[in-house]
Amino acid sequence: MAIEVNGKSLEVDEEGYLADLNQWEPEVATIMAKEDGTELTDAHWEVINFLREYYEEYQIAPAVRVLTKAIGKKLGKEKGNSKYLYELFPYGPAKQACKYAGLPKPTGCV
Amino acid sequence: MSEPWEDDELDGPVRKFMYVNRRAPYGTIYALESLEVVLIAAAFEQDVSLVFMDDGVYQIKKGQNTEAIGVKNFSPTYRALEGYDVEKLYVEKESLESRGLTADDLVVPVQVVDRNQLAELMEEQEVILSF
Repeated sequence: MAIEVNGKSLEVDEEGYLADLNQWEPEVATIMAKEDGTELTDAHWEVINFLREYYEEYQIAPAVRVLTKAIGKKLGKEKGNSKYLYELFPYGPAKQACKYAGLPKPTGCV
Repeated sequence: MSEPWEDDELDGPVRKFMYVNRRAPYGTIYALESLEVVLIAAAFEQDVSLVFMDDGVYQIKKGQNTEAIGVKNFSPTYRALEGYDVEKLYVEKESLESRGLTADDLVVPVQVVDRNQLAELMEEQEVILSF
């Protein structure tokens, strides 16, 4: 499987996660979101960028509980809760946002 | 029906899991597999502790560079454990000393315990998994 981004064909796995993290560019997130019928807002980008920084530092995609807590610490309590994150990413904040961010599926994803 | 965000709490008993890491980080899959299992167990809110002994202490040694062997350096991931509420990391004193290492050589804060203390900690566990 592959997705078309800026004229390039990028390989994705059967669940739509990017095969090579290094091929990510912001356009990847925009296109994946469009396929899910979502228009990305600044609020989405805040989470996507946060995830990319998290991965850079720890080399894993965080589980949803960990993501929620870490977002709260970094971006404030009103954003560090499941309701806020599920509204942005109805398919599951860790799973869907990680996919847009070009990360692998979170370890221990529940 | 509950909303997905109300489904955060997982029911069931919390058990004491101890993961004992005894092998060098690369060359076999044990270290990485152990770490993945730890992250999964922690996501289910279990009481998790980790032990590093024998060559397992090298798993959390600072300054790893895996470029030449073409595998991912996963040592930064141990620093994520705190965010998973995995805060009980024990290193066997004898293993550390016989390799010329101290707690300062490690990527995460740990408790250094001697062989006897470690035996006592193991007595308290419900599940011990050795990798």
